[in-house]
Amino acid sequence: MGRTLAEKVWEQHVVRRAEGEPDLLYIDLHLIHEVTSPQAFDGLRMAGRSVRRPDLTIATEDHNVPTVLGPIEDPVSKTQVETLRKNAAEFGIRLHPMGDAGQGVVHIIGPQFGLTQPGMTIVCGDSHTSTHGAFGALAFGIGTSEVEHVLATQTLPAYRPKTMAIEVKGELPVGVTAKDLILAIIAKIGTGGGQGHIVEYRGEAVRKLSMEGRMTICNMSIEAGARAGMIAPDETTFAYLKGRPHAPKGDKWDQAVEYWKTLRTDDDAVFDKVVEIDAATLTPYVTWGTNPGQGLPLGEVVPDPAAMTDPTERAAAERALEYMGLTPGTPLREIEVDTVFVGSCTNGRIEDLRAAAEILRGRKVKTRTLIVPGSMQVKLEAEKEGLDKVFQEAGAEWRQAGCSMCLGMNPDTLKPGERSASTSNRNFEGRQGKGGRTHLVSPAVAAATAVTGRLTAPADL
Amino acid sequence: MEAFTTHTGTAVPLRRSNVDTDQIIPAVWLKQVSRTGFEKGLFAAWREDPGFVLNNPAYDGATILLSGPDFGTGSSREHAVWALQQYGFRVVISARFGDIFRNNATKMGLLPVVLDGKVVEELQAAVEADPATPITVDLVEREVRLGSDAWSFEIDDYTRWRLMEGLDDIGLTLRHADQIAAYENGRQPWLPTTV
Ligand code: SF4
Repeated sequence: MGRTLAEKVWEQHVVRRAEGEPDLLYIDLHLIHEVTSPQAFDGLRMAGRSVRRPDLTIATEDHNVPTVLGPIEDPVSKTQVETLRKNAAEFGIRLHPMGDAGQGVVHIIGPQFGLTQPGMTIVCGDSHTSTHGAFGALAFGIGTSEVEHVLATQTLPAYRPKTMAIEVKGELPVGVTAKDLILAIIAKIGTGGGQGHIVEYRGEAVRKLSMEGRMTICNMSIEAGARAGMIAPDETTFAYLKGRPHAPKGDKWDQAVEYWKTLRTDDDAVFDKVVEIDAATLTPYVTWGTNPGQGLPLGEVVPDPAAMTDPTERAAAERALEYMGLTPGTPLREIEVDTVFVGSCTNGRIEDLRAAAEILRGRKVKTRTLIVPGSMQVKLEAEKEGLDKVFQEAGAEWRQAGCSMCLGMNPDTLKPGERSASTSNRNFEGRQGKGGRTHLVSPAVAAATAVTGRLTAPADL
Repeated sequence: MEAFTTHTGTAVPLRRSNVDTDQIIPAVWLKQVSRTGFEKGLFAAWREDPGFVLNNPAYDGATILLSGPDFGTGSSREHAVWALQQYGFRVVISARFGDIFRNNATKMGLLPVVLDGKVVEELQAAVEADPATPITVDLVEREVRLGSDAWSFEIDDYTRWRLMEGLDDIGLTLRHADQIAAYENGRQPWLPTTV
């Protein structure tokens, strides 16, 4: 019987297999940031262990960093960043600190350097590591104990998750983006729909996506509960990688491409679960609740919990609407926001900024609008294209690279009761600041919303 | 980590679904570089509501958390596990867990127990009726017991053994250092390094 993409990559990385035990998997790339690593390095020190492969490890500062120029003011954040610097120096790990041209959100810099390649295993102490699956890598988030384990051994014991195919039939209509597609998928299968599975996104609409779009999709696999998301590599992948600093060169490039071409699910392979979705029927999606599965097409109204048959779903919806301050039956288009955030590892890449700029060009924003590039390199590229001017002329704030309002660990937060349209990935209670209310949207919808002050699609302008 | 064989304690009913790790420990608590003191941040936002179940003194000293489905979804922060443990929890029972949370919990010796949603609701109702009701979570027998009722739960043999012995994963893996080195010698030549 044939094998799925996930199975092929998994098998390639098994260091040791023993009856009744998890497989021991080799890890090709370990990404580190300041938040989930300090206790892991401490653990190493306490046990007198070293980092096995600093040359397969890379660190960046992203979660805590301010997105305005200047030092970190919060002393606790500052200590955390300084701790990472100390640890990276002590254990010989390459670090891209604030202000460095290579700095950025951990999931943006891997692909940007060409370190993220098809067929690799990639881990990071961050759930959105699934982003890297867009290249046909097996990439998943781990906790701090596992970070320590990878640092010490370059391996992880793990059971192979089940496999799931999400087949996206047809083409996305004009004006419907990768973000809308993934929000629609999560709304369909639920926040637990992918639990215990590695999802492979397949089908025509997925094949037609750019690498940026594919990363947006794989990024939010975790929001559907999946362990990882993958897309088989193809010419789009190879073209994106070619010439990047860490991509293979010369003969090695040819060898690599030859191997990468084998990284596709065999025709006779069987997935444990298959979900189909019709791309042609999709329209821009927004979330109305406090988990990413609580989403609807923008043309709909706030749902009525009373109409929900499942008691758990109804209770969750009631609670969500109370937290969000929304009344059933209100058209989503009438929801007013105070803040628009464009950024994060979901939608902080150059293509996302271009999409937002296209809408803001020659218009003015009505709300506080933060545009936060996902990395320094994205920032420089955008500035070369003059996008920063477009944003500033529209009245938006052009910021430094980092996670920013995606999780509100730095000063970029919502105040209690404030409402945002955000291109990030989580609308949990308080995610963007205590009492803050988040509507997840695509960059295009975010920009259109900034113009009107209400949830808006570009086509409405 | 502390070994886990069988545990008897009282329980807190948390009647919510999709308890994501941002709720278990809000991001502001993640700035710490130490591994202690997280109990104060456990459910920090919800605890501001005097009506929140953890604020009910009847549940003081409880060691088992009975949650609605999809507990521990979202962020990979292991701080969520530390916060629960440092607050005093040894077991979380739910119909479904976020995968990363579940992994993190078993690495630290906090036992995640999956029971059918209906059973969890029964248990919740029982402790709501009498918060002093003792519940036993028996990892040896893979069973949760309340009075004369018992429900079995699944956990793979390896994880169970590791929890029962309180074993550190890194030490176990390092026993296979030879195999890791052998694998490294055969890695594909084009794979990148970060240097
Ligand atoms: S941008 Fe948001 S989701 Fe991505 S790594 Fe940063 S905090 Fe996590």
